[in-house]
Amino acid sequence: MYLKKFFQNIGHLGIEYIWQFGFAIRFLLATLQQSATTFLRPSLLLRELFFGGVKSLTIILVSGLFVGLVLGLQGYETLQRYGSSEALGILVALSLTRELGPVVAGLLFASRAGSSITAEIGLMKTTEQLTAMDMMAVNPIARIVAPRFWGGVISMPLLAALFTAMGVIGGWLIGVVFIGVDDGAFWSQMQGSVDFRFDIVNGFIKSVVFGFAVSLIAVFQGYDCVPTAEGVSSAITRTVVTSALSILALDFILTSFMFRGV
Amino acid sequence: MLNRSMIDLWVGFFLAIAFAAILFLALKVGNFANAQLGETYPLEARFENIGGLKVRGAVKSSGVLVGRISDIYYDTENYEAVVKMNIDQRYVFPKDTFASIYTAGLLGEQYIGLDVGGDEQNFKAGDVIKKTQSAVVLEKLISQFLFNKATEDKKE
Repeated sequence: MYLKKFFQNIGHLGIEYIWQFGFAIRFLLATLQQSATTFLRPSLLLRELFFGGVKSLTIILVSGLFVGLVLGLQGYETLQRYGSSEALGILVALSLTRELGPVVAGLLFASRAGSSITAEIGLMKTTEQLTAMDMMAVNPIARIVAPRFWGGVISMPLLAALFTAMGVIGGWLIGVVFIGVDDGAFWSQMQGSVDFRFDIVNGFIKSVVFGFAVSLIAVFQGYDCVPTAEGVSSAITRTVVTSALSILALDFILTSFMFRGV
Repeated sequence: MLNRSMIDLWVGFFLAIAFAAILFLALKVGNFANAQLGETYPLEARFENIGGLKVRGAVKSSGVLVGRISDIYYDTENYEAVVKMNIDQRYVFPKDTFASIYTAGLLGEQYIGLDVGGDEQNFKAGDVIKKTQSAVVLEKLISQFLFNKATEDKKE
């Protein structure tokens, strides 16, 4: 009896997830199909770049700086034990370009911009603005969803690059300005071992992938939410949780393809 | 609510500093500017032991980066390691150039060092560097030293 119930629950959950996954894929295809409007009317896209990108600048820049400062301190602490504190530049730059830049910027972007996108679309759905648009023969996917999606996709890699740059500056501040690691060694060792193609471009690819994932999750959760106050709030929670999990999972997959210790 | 021109201004500012950050990463953090090799030509060298040499490792002459290692494989006919490298077209080396495997610092990466000879003819694309010296394997050195020490002790 309980066993039957147990398997029923599993089956129900499984069907639910598969159904939602299929819906998300079809939703993505519909969004891509309706994207022409976004690029033909740049004002729509600019507004989303402003709300997704510009408004995330503060948190990205400040967090980047602090992550760089901490990396500088901790890295120096460990490296000086082996008498190679000049390698601080390599440590800071490699860990930021390869991992921390895209991943932490992605997590911050999901909680700062992704959640607000979900809230906005969810509230529009709750107050039946999306239905009203449909009634006026305005496609809500073309007018509301696609610009937010592309705004996120474009902002995310740029924010990750800013985060990385700020982090390197933070590491430089602590290492060179405060502790007194040699300035020339810091930069030249960094340039010697950070490869443009293998480290910076791969990090950039990661941030583009995260941008797609976070933006899709944010618009989808908003569009799919239960149109009540409670539904919107749980949709926002799901956006942040799902984004964080998928960023970390995608990061592992991408890393295992990109850096195989060649 | 912000008006249109304010949004334009801020988005323009955002894009500008973002591209500045990418430029900073490419030029100041990475090696996009200085370590990019131009046109290259291939050379080959055979070693008895390559130690910890890796693909994409550096080829240096007098400490200057002149090329990169493109491929490493094992030749089962002669039982030795074959290292293929791409050398920058700007640099030519005489035919009796010596290729040795060095280590950068005590714990650093290994690289190929080219010590130039005095031959009048230069290497052409696809040539094989005949004179090579294998990597120094620390264990071998230590065992050799211990062995010598032991034989010395016996004599006394």
